[in-house]
Amino acid sequence: MRILLVEDDAEVARFVRKGLQEAGHVVEHASNGRDGLFLAASEQFDILVLDRMLPGGVDGVRLVETLRGQSNRTPVLFLSALSAVDERVKGLKAGGDDYLVKPFAFAELLARVEALGRRPTVDAPATRLKIADLEMDLLSRTVTRGGRRIEIQPREFRLLEHLLRHAGQVVTRTMLLEKVWDYHFDPQTNVIDVHVSRLRQKVDKGFDKPLIHTVRNAGYMIRAEA
Amino acid sequence: MLTVPQSTNAWDPLLRFLRGASFRFALLFAGVYSAATILFALILWFATAGSLDRQTDAALRTDAFGLTERWREAGPSAVAEAISERLAADVENHAIYLMTDADGRRVAGNLDRWPPDTAGDGEWAATAVAREGVQVEARLYTIGLDGYRVLIGRDVDEKQRLRDLLAEGIAWSAMAAAVIALLGAAVLRRALEHRLRPASQTARAIAAGDLSRRVPNSGRDDEFDRLGESMNAMLDRIDRLMEGIRGVSDSIAHDLRTPIARARAKLEEAQAGTGDAEALRAAMEQGITDLDNISRVFEALLRIAEAEAGARRAAFAPLDLVPVLRDVAEFYGVVAESRDQTIALDLPEQLELVGDRDLLAQAVGNLLDNALKFTPAGGTVRLSAQAVPRDGVEVTIADSGPGLSAEGRARAGERFFRADAARATPGSGLGLSLVIAVAHLHSGELVLDDAEPGADQPGLRATLRLGGPGASIR
Repeated sequence: MRILLVEDDAEVARFVRKGLQEAGHVVEHASNGRDGLFLAASEQFDILVLDRMLPGGVDGVRLVETLRGQSNRTPVLFLSALSAVDERVKGLKAGGDDYLVKPFAFAELLARVEALGRRPTVDAPATRLKIADLEMDLLSRTVTRGGRRIEIQPREFRLLEHLLRHAGQVVTRTMLLEKVWDYHFDPQTNVIDVHVSRLRQKVDKGFDKPLIHTVRNAGYMIRAEA
Repeated sequence: MLTVPQSTNAWDPLLRFLRGASFRFALLFAGVYSAATILFALILWFATAGSLDRQTDAALRTDAFGLTERWREAGPSAVAEAISERLAADVENHAIYLMTDADGRRVAGNLDRWPPDTAGDGEWAATAVAREGVQVEARLYTIGLDGYRVLIGRDVDEKQRLRDLLAEGIAWSAMAAAVIALLGAAVLRRALEHRLRPASQTARAIAAGDLSRRVPNSGRDDEFDRLGESMNAMLDRIDRLMEGIRGVSDSIAHDLRTPIARARAKLEEAQAGTGDAEALRAAMEQGITDLDNISRVFEALLRIAEAEAGARRAAFAPLDLVPVLRDVAEFYGVVAESRDQTIALDLPEQLELVGDRDLLAQAVGNLLDNALKFTPAGGTVRLSAQAVPRDGVEVTIADSGPGLSAEGRARAGERFFRADAARATPGSGLGLSLVIAVAHLHSGELVLDDAEPGADQPGLRATLRLGGPGASIR
């Protein structure tokens, strides 16, 4: 993916840029809002990663507002040290698609960037999700693996659906809490892990090839090959 | 610390005084008072001295009209006769007449000759004339009658004296008025300063760091008292915010240093160690985990401070608490199941509330998490909720664990407090602090007591009361 990073802190910028490049993305970097806006408006990017507070008279929110005003719909991920709920709401209202508070783990950033950049297309609503021999029918809300019906509870269904929609991508614990449960807080305990391990019991137990994988220091991923 | 710039210029106090609002009010008072006095004097002058002048002029005009009539009816000799008659009838001896013929000779009147400084025919003049050897001030009017000229006048000496007296009187009154204006202004200024002093003294004391000071109430319930009340309300609010910040900084000072020190020690140890790549990697991973935990604690502290300061109301919206409670119970349900515990729900159909969904979920989650931690395997945690009279909502979470001593209950809300029984379990000691902050934010409270008083394992019952009558205003 082609990613524009607008971040004024040189060290954070270097670290993020290097990480994204290592993950196979092309990264353009601007260190202030004005340059960032110029680049974002004049070139094509798959995703913008913006700091909220930027020098140069154009901060992250202004930048997004300006872009959205020009009907530029490029997905935007805010990166910010402002964690108050007001700030988060402001960022999302301005047209941001996701909000990540500093300090962050790079794995979390990468997972969110990839999830944003490869969002499922809306115009072709899938009725079936499939990976290897695991199939999910979104209409009858049933899950089968290898032709065998798996009994699954509604929340587990949503959890599995989210993993399947992002098959091959890392999904972090906070992303699951936000998307599957729709809450934004730190549960302080490993509840998400317990939920995933229960799901794994149902989906992977008794099959020789596990599908749900734990990605060390990051989160979970569903994929066909180990 | 706040510093107030000290002035070095000797004129500054004077300038400050002149720019002061109390001085401006005093000046305004003096100005309005003086304007009223001047207006009053003008009216007086117009009504007295002006009226006298107008009377004289009117008399002269009537006289002139009468003599002109006589001229038309009977010619110059009749005019001369009329003049003599009028002079004879003038007992006050104020009338002045002079009639001259075409050659300038005197025909009639009590003046010997035409006075200098008189204007042409049909015109007015005010000048001094010599009459019977005495110089007197006179008001004069001249009419021309076909070669003859008639000067009609009045001796206004006495009226002039009256005018002077009046002017003098007005001057003295004006001086008295000026003195009263200044005195009044000074009194007004002092009164204003006197009423403002408590507020400004309080503000100064607060600027100097004494945040406990409040503006005293004079009991008069006037504008100044209302200003004082608003100031006090503002100060109370600042106090609350400061307390929140103080709480956070205390926590940072006392309880974040320890994990930071621990992380630092581990990293340093690794750096000085054998240099074995695997050990180094493990140490770095541990270091990152420690840092992550520190940020989590930090985030939790900020959240508590935000809630306590009441700054999180932006996310307040009407909501039904029941699905939130079900979500939370379901979320933690897997944890209970993994320990063979049961979460028993007793929820009504619907619980309307205005609040912050995320914070409420987190608060109930924290309580549930605690309850599950302290309930033995196979035990039951009860989550119930009900509407209480006057629009409140009560959420109760009761466990079947060892419970908490009275002393522990009293300290449970302190940041980083952990009961002895809890030290072995994971947790930061911030959970209940957040619950209490959330309760306060929703105009409520957290009450802890025994779930089954007197039992061997009394268990803990946490009651979260939310949204009293003033839920959305506080």
